[in-house]
Amino acid sequence: MAAANGAGRILAGGTDLLVQMRAGVVAPGAIVDVKRIAEMTTIVEELGGFRIGAAVSAAVIGEHERLAQAWPGVVEAVNLIGSKQVQGRASAGGNLCNASPAADSGPALVAAGAMLTIQGPKGRRDLPVEKLHAGPGRTTLEPGELIVSIVLPPRPARSGDAYLRLIPRTEMDIAVVGCGVSLAFEGDVCTSARVGLGAVAPTVLLVGDAASALIGSRLEPDAIARAAAACRAACRPIDDKRGTIAYRTKIAGVLLARATAIAAQRARSH
Amino acid sequence: MSARQFKVVGTRPNRPDGADKVTGRARFGADWNMPGQLTGRVLRSPHAHAVIESIDVSRAAALPGVKAVVTAADFGEQENRIVPAGEMQVNLRDVTRNVMAREKALYHGHAVAAVAATSDAIARDALKLIDVRYRVLPHVIDVDDAMKPDAPILHDHIRTEGVEPRPTVASNVAKRIDFAKGDVGKGFAAAEVTIERRFRTAPVHQGYIEPHACLASAAEDGQVQLWTTTQGHFQVRGFCSRLLGIETSQIRVMAAEIGGGFGGKTVVYLEPLAIRLSQKAGKPVKMVMTREEVFRASGPTSGSVMRVKLGATRDGRIVAADATFAFQAGAFPGSPVGPASMCSFACYDLDNIKVEGFDVVSNRPKVAAYRAPGAPISAWAVESTIDELAQELGIDPIDLRLRNAAREGTKTHYGPVFNRIGLVECLEAAKASAHYRSPLKPGAARGVAAGFWFNVGADSSAAAHVGEDGTVTVISGNPDIGGSRAALAMMAAEELGIPYDKVRPIIADTASIGFNFVTGGSRVTFANGLAIINSVREVIGECKRRAAKLWEVEPDAVVWENGEVKPASTNVGTFEPLSLAKLAASAGKTGGPINGHSQINAQGAGPGFGVHVVDVEVDKETGIVTILRYTSVQDVGTAIHPSYVEGQMQGGAAQGIGWALNEEYIYDRNGKLDNAGFLDYRMPVASDLPMIETIMVEVPNPTHPYGVRGVGEVPIVPPMAAIGSAIARATGVRMRDLPMSPPRLSAALDAASPRLAAE
Repeated sequence: MAAANGAGRILAGGTDLLVQMRAGVVAPGAIVDVKRIAEMTTIVEELGGFRIGAAVSAAVIGEHERLAQAWPGVVEAVNLIGSKQVQGRASAGGNLCNASPAADSGPALVAAGAMLTIQGPKGRRDLPVEKLHAGPGRTTLEPGELIVSIVLPPRPARSGDAYLRLIPRTEMDIAVVGCGVSLAFEGDVCTSARVGLGAVAPTVLLVGDAASALIGSRLEPDAIARAAAACRAACRPIDDKRGTIAYRTKIAGVLLARATAIAAQRARSH
Repeated sequence: MSARQFKVVGTRPNRPDGADKVTGRARFGADWNMPGQLTGRVLRSPHAHAVIESIDVSRAAALPGVKAVVTAADFGEQENRIVPAGEMQVNLRDVTRNVMAREKALYHGHAVAAVAATSDAIARDALKLIDVRYRVLPHVIDVDDAMKPDAPILHDHIRTEGVEPRPTVASNVAKRIDFAKGDVGKGFAAAEVTIERRFRTAPVHQGYIEPHACLASAAEDGQVQLWTTTQGHFQVRGFCSRLLGIETSQIRVMAAEIGGGFGGKTVVYLEPLAIRLSQKAGKPVKMVMTREEVFRASGPTSGSVMRVKLGATRDGRIVAADATFAFQAGAFPGSPVGPASMCSFACYDLDNIKVEGFDVVSNRPKVAAYRAPGAPISAWAVESTIDELAQELGIDPIDLRLRNAAREGTKTHYGPVFNRIGLVECLEAAKASAHYRSPLKPGAARGVAAGFWFNVGADSSAAAHVGEDGTVTVISGNPDIGGSRAALAMMAAEELGIPYDKVRPIIADTASIGFNFVTGGSRVTFANGLAIINSVREVIGECKRRAAKLWEVEPDAVVWENGEVKPASTNVGTFEPLSLAKLAASAGKTGGPINGHSQINAQGAGPGFGVHVVDVEVDKETGIVTILRYTSVQDVGTAIHPSYVEGQMQGGAAQGIGWALNEEYIYDRNGKLDNAGFLDYRMPVASDLPMIETIMVEVPNPTHPYGVRGVGEVPIVPPMAAIGSAIARATGVRMRDLPMSPPRLSAALDAASPRLAAE
């Protein structure tokens, strides 16, 4: 990568890179395939959580039973990337590095509180996933840096997560809005919450106000309404071919309520 | 006609092209290659509307590997002359400008120049070296904007036709048409209920999976061979002959297998360019569009702005119908507003009808035919209004249609009187269907709409050749886009009285069979079927003559039965029946090969009607519509191969569902198409659809020996109004603009219920 002088690109699944090359959007000077690097292509359980190699394919993530049990929302988000065929190649790391604000993995990983392990010429560092994106198509990675793995924290009892996206069709589409919610409870009281929102701003958002509205509540309708309002307030979307400002803003609230209900249901049965 | 007992017709054998298609042997447009071929690429306008001040191709031509460059200067001017193209009419003066812009670029994606080079990469590089100087003009995209007096004018020579006195200033309204029956003024005066509504539709693309592709080889002696994906290789030959000044006998066009057309492959885009490039380069030239080019530069169907007014008595008799349809034609005149106006009220036997239509140009790709061109658009407006009338009157929507349905003897507002048609039978079948009688789940609602398409006949040539073992080849000249090969072979087998697998159908090139009109208008099984039946009857006649010769009896003393010649009666004598195999084996001794030919202009195409029933559920928070159940009912005349008829009924419904819910062209402020790909031009995916149920109603067409009616186009006519009506009944909100996409439906629901939206 260093030798490519900034013109190099990392190849994981290639489901974005090859498409962009064919469309003439990018013309990399060098392509570095990372699919043979062991720590980038394996899932390990460590410290009660999971370390997912950045190039692990969505299909492999979807088949990891304990991961799916602990983090169903993250797994369902990763399994919405592309189509069944694409999922044999596409990776969560690639999905994050493509830096689309509409990427499905983003809101779920933000809600999960995922940390990224990043390797670069100056060594290794950790970065909260919500700090990765700088804008559409842009990351905060330094030249020569790449994501090695994605770390998901341990799950306490009575915790659960969920990811929902709105697409006009039922599959093969890009999120108009994506919403990830991760909750933990003591008794009926929500003790921790994180909310990630995608496709409503230049980057995936961590919506602290929505989490605050849920924490300490029993998810009463009023708390959900305040959290939904916080999501709507956090939106800074654009009008484009995939949705209007008004629609995206409205849907952010709708998905918050629906994803929260699913996450809570999972937490109760966890 | 009498009810005939069929042996082959009505069965469901494998299609003759099936094995090749599932094993990958079938060769589609982009699968043809020749040694030494070049790759052709097109430079397209980045502007919606611009004067082309100059084009300098010298740097591109000098690039190593570039073998030819063409611009409009390589194509002669064409006369202002209308010729038929599929179900549409086109003007040659416009066709040459559409395949290669001359004075102006008229839409984002309009071809401006083309190159042929030794590799695709070199061809793409060469395009960047072509220096075009544009003077960008104000543009206009939507039909109502284009009709405004101060709209940017696309063509200075257009004076609106059909307006008296003929206007003296240029307009984007190319034509005004009207149709009338009875006296709508009197009709509305007698009405107890009158409703008037306005509607819009977005342009939608045919969405064929295979992009346009061709391979042209122009030889030094002037002969041209062309392989192309098309619905009509004779039309391709005709267009190329006229646009390039080559006699038809010097152009041989081979139709590739076709990956969908739906009307969009009845015109030419790449073919004239590939031939001219091949002539200049002295090498074969292959051209394949990208998906983006298909969207930017090939024909969608029109978007529209419409008004419908209906008057009725309280008991449900429609006493007057009045409509205005304004259709986008794209960059050149020729929208399907004519057929739309004719189809609009064709389902109904009404005394008083008035229809006015406008053909309007704007800075979009020129529209091409799309499955029942125009009819689904006017049906969206008319059938939605009929449903509102049914709600207003408190009458079941099928009953209201039965009360007013067209029947045998109904005189249409555009002229013809229907002979035997099957609309009433379709409405009755829909009403009696398990679907219509099933209870709705809570929150769901049901919509109904009817649809009509003329169906056509037209020029057809066919032949039947008996091989030396007595098996038969039937030869036709229409690309098979809907299972027509199977249907033609089945009719030949039926007529001959031999098994289906003893007949092999082929589609011949333009030099190997006589002229055929395009595959379009749902005509092939009907019209080519007639020609095939006639060819086979010639074979039968010849067989009888041969047997009579062998038996030394009069030809009318023998009969053809179950694939054999027999004496007509015992009076003739006692002879062993002669099978086709025996006759073929002795053909050399009895007069030579046994073949039949037919060339006809097929008349008497049977009009087609359909009724669709759909159940939907609406997510009122998101505006997402789920199609829960869908039934397509249609008068199919006689279903030759029922599976392929059902396939047409399902495919039309699927395309209509996409048209209803998501498909649209999205332009930015500069008139550039912003969604030129399948990701953001949202056709339905498999998981969006339930199994489309079908009910085939068979009211035989009395003018075809087997009762065939065209079936391919009717099923795209009713879906949008059926779905819109179901949504209206589910939500209380009537959508009048297509598509009824989640953001639009959500906004409409919120507007109707401000309290909910505020929460």
